[in-house]
Amino acid sequence: MLKQYSFEETAVQTFDDKTSLAMKTENLQVFYGANHAMHDADLAFPKNQITALIGASGSGKSTYLRSLNRMNDGIATVTGKIWYHNVDINEPTVNIYEIRRHIGMVFQRPNPFAKSIRENIVYALRANGLKNKAELEERVEKSLRGAALWDEVKDSLDKSALSLSGGQQQRLCIARSIAMEPDVLLLDEPCSALDPISTVKVEETLLELQKKYSIIIVTHNMQQAARVSSQCAFFHLGHVMEYTPTGTMFSNPQIPVTQDYIAGSFG
Amino acid sequence: MNAKRTDFLATVVINLIVATVVGILVFLLAYILISGLPHVSWSFLTGTTDAFSGAGGIGVQLFNSFYLLILTMLISVPISLGAGIYLAEYAKDNWRTSLIRSAIEVLSSLPSVVVGLFGFLLFVVKFKIGFSVISGAIALTFFNLPLLTRNIEESLSAVSRSQREAGLSLGLSKWKTEIGIILPVALPGIVTGIVLSAGRVFGEAAALIYTAGQSAPVTNFGDWNPMDPASPLNPFRPAETLAVHIWKVNTEGLANNAAQLSAAASAVLIIAVLLFNLGARLLGNFLYRRVTASK
Repeated sequence: MLKQYSFEETAVQTFDDKTSLAMKTENLQVFYGANHAMHDADLAFPKNQITALIGASGSGKSTYLRSLNRMNDGIATVTGKIWYHNVDINEPTVNIYEIRRHIGMVFQRPNPFAKSIRENIVYALRANGLKNKAELEERVEKSLRGAALWDEVKDSLDKSALSLSGGQQQRLCIARSIAMEPDVLLLDEPCSALDPISTVKVEETLLELQKKYSIIIVTHNMQQAARVSSQCAFFHLGHVMEYTPTGTMFSNPQIPVTQDYIAGSFG
Repeated sequence: MNAKRTDFLATVVINLIVATVVGILVFLLAYILISGLPHVSWSFLTGTTDAFSGAGGIGVQLFNSFYLLILTMLISVPISLGAGIYLAEYAKDNWRTSLIRSAIEVLSSLPSVVVGLFGFLLFVVKFKIGFSVISGAIALTFFNLPLLTRNIEESLSAVSRSQREAGLSLGLSKWKTEIGIILPVALPGIVTGIVLSAGRVFGEAAALIYTAGQSAPVTNFGDWNPMDPASPLNPFRPAETLAVHIWKVNTEGLANNAAQLSAAASAVLIIAVLLFNLGARLLGNFLYRRVTASK
């Protein structure tokens, strides 16, 4: 039997005006039909930092993440405000395709296209109007280097992306996202289908990438959250319960529900 | 009975069933080829038919069959591609979509004679197109659409959702994702569907008797202007196909070697279908390798 925790008792940090923010949500609600999956999420994400979203399965963290680049369009109803560069991108009039070029996403299971490694990266660039061959080649190299994959694939760019290992595929997906030169990178449990060695590689990649991008990562793995993130938000049954710097979250959680979750004596 | 024994028995039974199916196919093929091939000669393949007795070569019919097949595919593949994409990607799950699906199912269960008579009344008589390649192609399109649409929809739906999400997350439009990413992955399945329906079209007789006609006027294979009445490419000329020819030789053929003629034509028909299947598969695999960079 799951313990009952009060949803009133929360500890969510806010940032002062001096912190530059990548994104911010106000009063975000998500509904799957009649099912209210996310309640009142007010979170702000500092620029060039990694923010981890943790919580049990069904806590709403992936649902929340997918709302940030409007991937829930047509799947769920999202209300509230999502601020990005002083624009509420949750408005129906916003060009979602444009938004997704600025807010990239990497998914739980590696999902490279059934194309060559090079084509995986240049396909979307070309579709967006970048035709210059030299420039495309440059982007391929830059993004593969960024995802720490270049040395492993530089001689086989024309091979099928599906011939890569799971970890390489996931880094290719990261490369594909950063080739669009987004601002924000959303990662939805990017390592849950990977072995420990590939996981370490992806984590190292993320630590390197935060210099250029703001990263929001959903993870089941608390060690991973502790290793890579600067800020950490804990979700429980569709509520944001606690949001603090990662160090605080793991050494000194503020409220009982987080304390129990971190200690593993949840429910 | 223990698990091992059950498993053994099940394996034996399944193997027997498969052997039966393969056996029947091999027997049919062998029978048709053995009784037909000895009568196939170069002059039979290229010669013309005597309009009265039905004796003589099948050159024109063979050409007509392929021409009709290509014309039918040119009309039906784009339409069913559009319909398949719509059903797989854009259609919402509501009463209108299920109505469309039921309509497609009804269309696919229409007997070919009915489709033929409908084509006869509408295109041949009402629109005054007459017995022609184009009337036949449109009638065959009616056949083809439900099968092909269903096949394309299923091939597209079978592609993992995560591929669509990947495309959308990169800011690609739904259409661009569909055409550039999902369609190439679904290509082998779609090619299989096209090959299957092509086989059906190639072997169809009933619907063509009333639409493409039962006469194969001698055409001038030196004249490739589709507007000339004698040109083989003219879509408005009557065109008896191989399958119709077989039916006709068997039912009203006056030639004294009618049985041999139809056996030979059947053998040619089967070989043509096999060759077409093989070719389409090779082409499909080649295209798939090209677009997906796989070995």
